[in-house]
Amino acid sequence: MTNNQIMEEHIVIIGNGISGVTAARHIRKLSDKKITIVSAETDYFFSRTALMYVYMGHMKFEHTQPYENWFWKKNRITLKNGFVKEVATSTKTLHFANGDTLQYDKLIIATGSKPNKFGWPGQDLDGVMGMYHKQDLENLEKYAPNNKVCKRAVIVGGGLIGIELAEMLHSRHIPVTFLVREPSFWNGVLPEGESAMINREIIANGIDLRLSANLKEIVADENGQVKSVIIQETGEEIPCNVVGLTAGVSPNIDFIKDSEIETGRGVKVNRFLETNIPDVYAIGDCAEQHEGIGQRRPIEAVWYTGRMMGETVAQTICGNRIQYKPGHWFNSAKFMDLEYQTYGWVWAQPKENETRFYWEHADGNKCIHINYDKNTREFIGINTFGIRMRHEFFDSVLNEKQSVDYVLTHLADANFDPEFYKLHEKAIVSKFNKENNTNIQLKKKSWKRIFA
Amino acid sequence: MKVLKQIGLVLFIIGLSIFTGTLFTGSFGLTEAELNDFIASKGYKSEVIKAELQKATLTEEDLNIFEFSSRVRGAYEASNSYYNDLIAKYDAEKNWDKKGEQYQYLIYGKPHTLSYELAKKAGSGFVKENAGLLWWLTFGLAIIGALLFILPNLILLGRPGIKHNGIYHEASTNRGWIAWLVLIYLVMFYLLLYFMPDYVVNWTYILDPISKFLNGGPASQWFVYGFLYCVIMIVMAVRMYIKYRHNKYQIIRTTSVLFFQIVFAFLIPEIMTSLNMPGYDFKNAFPLDYDFFFEWNIDSLRNSGAIGLFILVWGIVLTLVIVPVMVYFFGKRWYCSWVCGCGGLAETLGDPYRQHSNKSLNAWKLERWLIHSVLVFSLVMTLVTLYCYFSGAEAFLGIKSQWIKDTYSFLIGAWFAGVIGTGFYPIFGNRVWCRFGCPLAAYLGLVQRFKSRFRITTNGGQCISCGNCSTYCEQGIDVRAYAQKGENIIRASCVGCGVCSAVCPRGVLKLENGPEKGRINPTEILLGNDVDLMDLVNQK
Repeated sequence: MTNNQIMEEHIVIIGNGISGVTAARHIRKLSDKKITIVSAETDYFFSRTALMYVYMGHMKFEHTQPYENWFWKKNRITLKNGFVKEVATSTKTLHFANGDTLQYDKLIIATGSKPNKFGWPGQDLDGVMGMYHKQDLENLEKYAPNNKVCKRAVIVGGGLIGIELAEMLHSRHIPVTFLVREPSFWNGVLPEGESAMINREIIANGIDLRLSANLKEIVADENGQVKSVIIQETGEEIPCNVVGLTAGVSPNIDFIKDSEIETGRGVKVNRFLETNIPDVYAIGDCAEQHEGIGQRRPIEAVWYTGRMMGETVAQTICGNRIQYKPGHWFNSAKFMDLEYQTYGWVWAQPKENETRFYWEHADGNKCIHINYDKNTREFIGINTFGIRMRHEFFDSVLNEKQSVDYVLTHLADANFDPEFYKLHEKAIVSKFNKENNTNIQLKKKSWKRIFA
Repeated sequence: MKVLKQIGLVLFIIGLSIFTGTLFTGSFGLTEAELNDFIASKGYKSEVIKAELQKATLTEEDLNIFEFSSRVRGAYEASNSYYNDLIAKYDAEKNWDKKGEQYQYLIYGKPHTLSYELAKKAGSGFVKENAGLLWWLTFGLAIIGALLFILPNLILLGRPGIKHNGIYHEASTNRGWIAWLVLIYLVMFYLLLYFMPDYVVNWTYILDPISKFLNGGPASQWFVYGFLYCVIMIVMAVRMYIKYRHNKYQIIRTTSVLFFQIVFAFLIPEIMTSLNMPGYDFKNAFPLDYDFFFEWNIDSLRNSGAIGLFILVWGIVLTLVIVPVMVYFFGKRWYCSWVCGCGGLAETLGDPYRQHSNKSLNAWKLERWLIHSVLVFSLVMTLVTLYCYFSGAEAFLGIKSQWIKDTYSFLIGAWFAGVIGTGFYPIFGNRVWCRFGCPLAAYLGLVQRFKSRFRITTNGGQCISCGNCSTYCEQGIDVRAYAQKGENIIRASCVGCGVCSAVCPRGVLKLENGPEKGRINPTEILLGNDVDLMDLVNQK
């Protein structure tokens, strides 16, 4: 060993998801530090968001791995397969379930989330699963390989993972009953129009959508396997072979509950992603800000925030101590065949100073919903379904605090649909003009403005 | 619906079996008059060949094509070996004059091609006499069957959208036994077509009426290939129209490549032939059209008057001006996935196999070495050919013109573009030729990489690294590697099929022609993260 290597700090990252791996990559870009990534789930980084496509037969598991297997050795990132049972911060030691130990100089906790379970009777039966880990995928393949083995599946919880699981099972022609607690799908996040559109999409795909329906209990057969579920409101018993629990996720931090590290729902961190213990950081889904940044929640289980925290903590660890400052909120999702993007904030209910503009295409599969300040006309956010929009356009609109009129005038610049797609900007602007008695003139798309 | 699909599959297999079965039918033999006509038309000087061919072809026996071919090839071999023996004998005797005399009696040409010419005249039997009926039993049944198999997808696939469900579960699309069977069939097909055309002479009988209608002459094996090519593309384009009925880019693109195949590659050359003009595919650009500068082609064009001259000038302008200028404005996609015949087959017949392209870094390295080597090979070959053409020499730079043309035609033209390029679709993906071998693609790629307005724009920070784009990139580009870094995709090999954009669940990718400035955008930190941090890293 050369002197240099002995001197280099050892950075240990628990968790090989997008947050941990991004941190490792950026630390390697910025330094020669010794890096170890620990995971009990898989040897190599894979994209969790793509697990659904493996079950659906769109991909093989290897396609979910963004880096070839040689990447890690070439970049001198050590991968350790093991389950961390305890973090001893006083001695800077990790204790593994199998008795191994590992010394660190700096520790990054990036253990992500785990599916919520709310103490339902029968929630640990065979055939009950979340859809989060690779092991969940293997479980699903075991209990729901086809519609002969799994005659019906019940999904509990109406979030993004729930609808993905519904799409997955549907792809193998397995009948699905989808229990959603709310009176309309995801209506805590989305306004009524968008939420209703998704309800329609779910039903159009032949899924038995049950709104305002809660799970009472999961009933076992004589082998300890799922036999049916019972709905709280009606007492109806639905026979099924698989139950998917997708009622949200929470930070996966049980292993540090007994350590010195401060936790709330997640690992408490300041804006520098530092915990209360020196040299211990937390990033990604498992990190909890003392206070939400801007309008964001203290815990954000979103792909890109994990990545951004990884980028940020790498700077801090490599000597450029920097705050985590996520920019303007954006996100995207796909609900069956319905693509959704959002830039800025469009709350389920308008706030006091906000007003809305909603346009929906006659086919019921496309809409945009713009939120703006009714006094200043400043653009606050947009939801778009079935129409792709340009991130950079809205990022600069939000930076420059442009008005809703500016956005509508330049809506052609914002469009990101593939070439030859039918454009709806004219219809959108004319509806806005009609409703608001304005005279906004749509400008032609300009490369100059787009690349300004 | 599923029953309909199964009926379709059965009909298709019956049609394909009859089509394949016809190869073993018919009886081959000539009358003395026919044979004499043939020998006279060929102007053979050999004194042996007539007797040999009479022995071989004037027979009461009921010969099938394989026996017939073997006898004919035997006859030519016997004639040539007779004179080769004489050559060896005079050589040993050092009788140079006598030795030199013998060469005029040797008959040159590929044995199977010589045999094909005779077989085309010699065949008789049910297939030849009932070409119309046989067309329906082969092409007809297979087309109807395939459509019955494809059309129910309109309902079975569910609502419009990307429906790649089960691709990696099916033996046909996941390199299973069906894929291997298809590979074997395709490879056999190409081997027969390129190297043993006489064995498929029965297929030409089925299409004789159509060929006569279009160009006035009987069908050759190349007419069979061209016709089959169009039929397959039309049927598989129907599949594309259903699969991408929500995506207008794919619909228009499929229509375009279909149009150029049927009209430019098939109909126009056939009609030109019927008008006694050289049959020319106006969209087939050198160096993909590698024999454009071969002596026989230049001679034929020079002897064809104004139209020949026009073709000669057009061919040169196409390659030197039109192709690069169009690539500058639209990217190489305008050719590779909108116009080209090879691309057309890849985008229709090959679409079910697009996921098999290798995405590894090593494959990319191999790609760059191979495709640029083929480009250099084609250019050297053309240089040698042209030099020899104008100077009258046999070789240039120590390379024999005939040798390098034969080698290129065999290795690149037949094996790489045909047998491997299409035959290996089910296992190595649908763009093996386009990615690793096509010299025109290499040329377009260089222009696209260094001087073009085309790019695939990555939409800020929306990528979730799911990998759909990379998986379904037929050119083996690891699209995700760029998208997840927020970088635009600027790659020489991208043919702009637009499928990465179509399969992206988050609306991240868009094929665009825009200003060159900002086209390549290396980013350290993705959009969405704090502005100061982005500046800090990017300014470094």
